[in-house]
Amino acid sequence: MAKPAGLADSAPVLETTRPDAEPTPGRLAEVGNWVDERTGLGKVAKGGLRKIFPDHWSFLLGEIALYSFIILLLTGIFLSLWFKPSMGEVEYAGSYQLLKGLPMSEAYASTLAISFDVRGGLLVRQVHHWAAMLFVASATIHMLRVFFTGAFRKPRELNWLLGVGMFSIALIEGFAGYSLPDDLLSGTGLRFVDGLVRSIPIVGTWLEFLVFGGEFPGTLIIPRLFIAHVLLVPGLILGLVGAHMALIVYHKHTQFPGPGRKETNVVGYPLFPVYMAKAGGFFFIVAGVTTLMGATMQINPVWNFGPYNPSQVTAGSQPDWYMGWVEGAVRIMAPIEWHLGSTTWSWNVFLPAVVLMGLLFTVLGAWPFVESWLTGDKAEHHLLDRPRNAPIRTSLGVAGMTCYALFWLAGGNDILATQFHVSLNDVTYFMRVAVFVGPVIAFFITRRVCLALQHADNERVLHGSESGVIVRAPGGGYSEAHEPLTEDELFTLTQHEQLAPLEATPATDGHGIPVAGAGVSKRRARLSGWFMGTTVVKVSADELHDHHDEPVPAEK
Amino acid sequence: MSHDTLIPASQATTAAIPDPGLGEHVERFTDADPAAGNRVYRSILFKFALVPVLAIAFVVVYFAMDKTAWVEVLGTRFLLQHLLLGVTLGLAILLIGIGAVEWARYIMNDEEVAEERHTLATSPADREVLSKKFAAGVADSGVKRRPLLLSAALGGVGILAVPVVVSLADLGPWPTDATRKKTLEKTIWAPGVRLVNDINKLPIKPGDLEVGQLVNAEPATLFDLAGADQQVARAKAAIIVVKMDPDTIKIPDSRKDWQVGGVLSYSKICTHVGCPISLWEQTTHHLLCPCHQSTFDLGNSGVVVFGPAARSLPQLPIAVDSEGYLVARSDFTVPVGPSYFERDSTKDYQDGDK
Ligand code: HEM
Ligand code: FES
Repeated sequence: MAKPAGLADSAPVLETTRPDAEPTPGRLAEVGNWVDERTGLGKVAKGGLRKIFPDHWSFLLGEIALYSFIILLLTGIFLSLWFKPSMGEVEYAGSYQLLKGLPMSEAYASTLAISFDVRGGLLVRQVHHWAAMLFVASATIHMLRVFFTGAFRKPRELNWLLGVGMFSIALIEGFAGYSLPDDLLSGTGLRFVDGLVRSIPIVGTWLEFLVFGGEFPGTLIIPRLFIAHVLLVPGLILGLVGAHMALIVYHKHTQFPGPGRKETNVVGYPLFPVYMAKAGGFFFIVAGVTTLMGATMQINPVWNFGPYNPSQVTAGSQPDWYMGWVEGAVRIMAPIEWHLGSTTWSWNVFLPAVVLMGLLFTVLGAWPFVESWLTGDKAEHHLLDRPRNAPIRTSLGVAGMTCYALFWLAGGNDILATQFHVSLNDVTYFMRVAVFVGPVIAFFITRRVCLALQHADNERVLHGSESGVIVRAPGGGYSEAHEPLTEDELFTLTQHEQLAPLEATPATDGHGIPVAGAGVSKRRARLSGWFMGTTVVKVSADELHDHHDEPVPAEK
Repeated sequence: MSHDTLIPASQATTAAIPDPGLGEHVERFTDADPAAGNRVYRSILFKFALVPVLAIAFVVVYFAMDKTAWVEVLGTRFLLQHLLLGVTLGLAILLIGIGAVEWARYIMNDEEVAEERHTLATSPADREVLSKKFAAGVADSGVKRRPLLLSAALGGVGILAVPVVVSLADLGPWPTDATRKKTLEKTIWAPGVRLVNDINKLPIKPGDLEVGQLVNAEPATLFDLAGADQQVARAKAAIIVVKMDPDTIKIPDSRKDWQVGGVLSYSKICTHVGCPISLWEQTTHHLLCPCHQSTFDLGNSGVVVFGPAARSLPQLPIAVDSEGYLVARSDFTVPVGPSYFERDSTKDYQDGDK
């Protein structure tokens, strides 16, 4: 058996080290000693310096989220040096001619000042907004990666929960952020939130008055959102990010299956220097790209919208993309309201906005526990699943994504109607049905695709890969020659675990006496059979042996 | 479920062949060919060397350039200084990143290394030690013999939540019945208040309007208010004034005198979540909210014909004053804007009401 190329502690020294170009090791060691004698950090560094991280492009998604969060912190600090979170009225006297002399809130005036009078201010504003889009987008895709590869399984359930927590408050943070400038678009968004808070049965009006400090819009909401946006929520996210990172380091990263990759090891490159350079470099790449985006791609040009005026609305006002699905749900909801006695139950707002959001986060948070209930699996998992090898999980995930996407599309029902020259009403009616039917169709298609891919894997294992060479048999028939797979691929395609579904424990023991305590109920066994049994049984060593034209690779 | 459901336990966890182990290390082109290695080395150095150049360019642009000049690049207008600051800074940052990643990929040792994982859980022996220590702590605390101490302490800490929560009660006024009557359930419309055009603030005569025309209007008294007071008032009092041919619309008996010769006035604030409604379809008399497309029929007392809104648009009773200008006859008869729990929605107009 080929042995691992080296162990962390004995990896060869870099060839390119040129002693004269760096501080002498002596001096560095001296500084190190000084710190260590006062902190004992040497013990931590000894364990951590050459810690191994696996490499895969999809592991960069979480990093993008982390880096855009850091960029948000940095640009946000810059912005808060000039932004005035006040709804007090001033007359605009800055250098943007078209708004000169207009009454507006200080918040809006200071946003204009950052855009036109602080050099580099517009750049930082736009970088901040692009980074926010990127933050939510990358966290979302990162979450999908974690879901589809089963990285949330034991021991990482807590980290999944931390992730869901970050994901949900990231939406709030983003919303609070784009409400701050107090331009026409952000005011319209706030009006929406006001309606949404009010719609909560029984306590809605009370919450509205407490949150807004009285009637909409009042004078308090911007200062309050400001403190939430720059202190409360980022503080919370920072704490969660810290815990998230600490757990990643402690658990060690998951890895994709392959030769030499085991549940008991992690294969990759050492933190120092390879991963530091890669990850550090990647931070600069993300920062560089967002800066270039901020420079060249206009985002949220508040000066075009004008100050907030509750009796005006910009045409086609849309929230930032990550609130689009809620917007869509609110748009296609049926007009259901109860008028009981002297009360109003505004289901048409409460259900699609408040309840739907709560539902998404609850389902996400519960999934790891639901899955382990279905599988009865108590083992630790450090090797990732290929999505096809968990067909039901993958299909449910795709169904969820489809549902989300349809809601999101519904958020642009007016745009769909005008682009495709159909009536807005028809688009809306269609979407009302599609959000329920679409996910079901997606589920069955994905299930089919997963099973087909598993079959294809088995074919490859048994018959090798197609060589592209057509052979003519002596009898005249044509066939394609197949080449045997490499050992690496044979192993990778058959290494996954296929455990049997749970079986119901009998309700009575051998003597007909009811068994007490926690067994497996019939229903749970049925669900488990569906979840774990919907799969194609992989090729076993014996089958491979029997089928194979070539001799099976012998043990080395 | 398919025929594929039977999984023999024997193969559940084993692969069809034994793990071949980590493969041999394959040399990269930069390892195999020293000249190629040197080329990559020089290209990385070049990238890092460009960073100071770009940084200086940034400083020059910052100090030497007019911040108000706009340029047009590929059909898009940019603030020139902003564009150049961003491009120089962005490229500088990006080059550092690309250089570092190339260094890691082409120059640093790329042999894969395996590291063992260790069990996460504490060993049973250590758990044993822990539980002994915990028991010792519990014994030291004396809580075994005086068990009330613990409950009393925890209860005390718990009850502190009450003052904390209570101290938030002043976040805003409480929407009690009395408060709601003065706030949510009232606008600044009152008998005799003139309807004025939202843009030029001039009063409106019914004769000024043509059939099919729609005008955004406010109460004249709105402009006596300033700042936040004006915003709060405007968020409820904004209206639209529309003239329709009286023969083509339905006017219920109870609202015969709410209009002046086919000139009607409605709240501009959507009954869904409160957007100002703005899109008017003359031929159908439909008014569409741009936010979620609720559609109201102004030719039928503002009932909802489509969309998520569930209540008719409140109508403002209007008349003309002695000088012939449109005035309100009263405030709205129902609260305007989005629903709230305590809202008595039995008095809103419903299709078919008299
Ligand atoms: C809010 C921003 C987030 C940041 C900054 C962040 C950052 C990261 C980073 C850098 C990693 C390591 C690389 C990787 O696995 O891709 C990671 C791993 C992980 N993240 Fe996140 N993440 C965020 C959100 C989320 C969300 C929304 C979830 C799921 C709901 C989540 C769940 C996880 C889990 C379970 C791991 C461990 C996965 C493994 O070891 O493969 N994270 N996170
Ligand atoms: S606010 Fe008018 S439809 Fe939603």
